[in-house]
Amino acid sequence: MKVEAVMNREVITISEKATIENGLKCMKEHRIRHLPVVTEKDKLVGIVSDRDLIDWKSSNGDTTIAQIGSVMTEDVITAHPREFIEELLSIFYDERIGSIPVVENEQVVGIMTERDMLYTLIQLTGAHQPSSQIEVQVENVSGQLAEVTAVIKKHKVNITSVLVYPEQTDQKKVLVLRVQTMNPQTIIESLRAEGYNVIWPAIPGEKV
Amino acid sequence: MTQPVFVYSDDLLNYKFSNNHPFNPLRLKLTYELLKTSGILSDDQIVKPRKATDEEIALVHSEEYIHAVKQAGEGTLPETQAANYGLGTEDTPIFSNMHDSSAWLAGATLTAVENVFEGNAKQALSLGGGLHHGFRGKASGFCIYNDSSIAIEYMKQKYNARVLYIDTDAHHGDGVQWAFYDDPNVCTFSIHETGRYLFPGTGNVSEKGAGRGYGLSFNIPVDAFTEDDSWIPILEKAIDEIARFFKPDVIISQNGVDAHYWDPLTHLSVTMKSYKKIPQLVKNAAHKHAEGRWIAVGGGGYDIWRVVPRAWSLIWAEMNGIDLKGPLPKEWLVKWQSRSPVDLAKKWEDSEDLYTPIPRKQEICDKNQLMLTRALQHIRNEQRSV
Ligand SMILES: [Zn+2]
Repeated sequence: MKVEAVMNREVITISEKATIENGLKCMKEHRIRHLPVVTEKDKLVGIVSDRDLIDWKSSNGDTTIAQIGSVMTEDVITAHPREFIEELLSIFYDERIGSIPVVENEQVVGIMTERDMLYTLIQLTGAHQPSSQIEVQVENVSGQLAEVTAVIKKHKVNITSVLVYPEQTDQKKVLVLRVQTMNPQTIIESLRAEGYNVIWPAIPGEKV
Repeated sequence: MTQPVFVYSDDLLNYKFSNNHPFNPLRLKLTYELLKTSGILSDDQIVKPRKATDEEIALVHSEEYIHAVKQAGEGTLPETQAANYGLGTEDTPIFSNMHDSSAWLAGATLTAVENVFEGNAKQALSLGGGLHHGFRGKASGFCIYNDSSIAIEYMKQKYNARVLYIDTDAHHGDGVQWAFYDDPNVCTFSIHETGRYLFPGTGNVSEKGAGRGYGLSFNIPVDAFTEDDSWIPILEKAIDEIARFFKPDVIISQNGVDAHYWDPLTHLSVTMKSYKKIPQLVKNAAHKHAEGRWIAVGGGGYDIWRVVPRAWSLIWAEMNGIDLKGPLPKEWLVKWQSRSPVDLAKKWEDSEDLYTPIPRKQEICDKNQLMLTRALQHIRNEQRSV
């Protein structure tokens, strides 16, 4: 999945010449915590967070004169619209930042926040579409996913998402499938009949 | 005038996907006959349903979808198109005349609504309704037309009513919730097994509504294996506090009974104790906050022999102020036992040893309690600041 498919296109930016007061007001009005800073020609030159502005205010006081350009972080981590969101995920994780502007030809064309990222993950897990979840513990050998999905195919039920979770040991993996049916019981029975370990709601504390 | 009405006719028995589909309309007939043989349903309390018109169905569903359902029922909907409408799937297979059969169910719930608002009754029961998964343009989870959504929109438009929807089915009432998610005149509350494994997967406590409807969508997802001891006190608090907060003109309750321990599709451990209590709680709330106006519909319930007839009869009993207890009528047991694949329950109550005690019960209770607190947080805060 590419960044351009999920990024937020309605980006609120601020001019480098705006005052800190303007910045704080703008964040409050739009309920956002990061503002990409741009020149008159809309070129990205920095980013400010609410934390930057609040910290500045508490140590310096007058926010009506100082300009955004003087407090912004110039070294901005940006993304390209054609980048994969998996790459963005590791940037969020490694750099501990809350927001990444998406830039093309020096212009800000979108923004991804941690919140947008989370929502994308929810969509990737298929949990936003009516479906039931089935978890199957399999040996860590090739071909397991194909075999499990072949069983489901026989039931003519759509699969809305597939995730492969690692287990504590290298010998096992867990396949997490969301299937578009309210009655997954028949699928579970078929899987069990084929010898698969289907993980199902377990009494808390009990081993599955 | 104050006597409740029971909406029923054989026209409601045709909503049937196939012989081995879990959704079986025979449960309506079983309930009807159980009430009849118990002697608590008289002919003058029964109102025949009408079929919902296309315009009424279009209050909630897209015309394109209605057209597709009609075509499907006539066998003229191409397979490639059917999938876009959620039709012809394992959950909602295509069956002959499916539009008409579905329109009868929606019409039955509208009949209940009309009886309450035209002054014939304060309370009405339409067990054919409760198809809470139906979406605007898509069938889902055994549901084609969402009778409750249609009825709510109808009450809003025709009677200018503020409507509280209470859904105690084991599955999240997603279709109704999303239909009114930003509506300031409709409040939806659903308690259900967590969507971690169970269909449809939504119904998180954080789904609270949007825009002008923010704060009017309530969800309490409970853990698998939840028992009466946790389910009942949570409902007691939630129903009372939400009704007091929202001040509805009418309550419509969806009475899916698939949270029962015996239900094959879910993983909760609720018993008949809960199904006796739920109608009491809803009725009390209706009397305290909605001048007594209460429309009850059916919903899920896939142990059609042992659970559904008893549980649904208890709603009617509560509407009539009758306490059903002890043995079930012999006549009913004798007639149906020969056709049931399982031993029928012999009493209105479940036996105390229905299931082996669940370890870590307290853990489940505590977690459910936390969900309740989170779900009601914003209204409790508001109350405190008044
Ligand atoms: Zn259900």
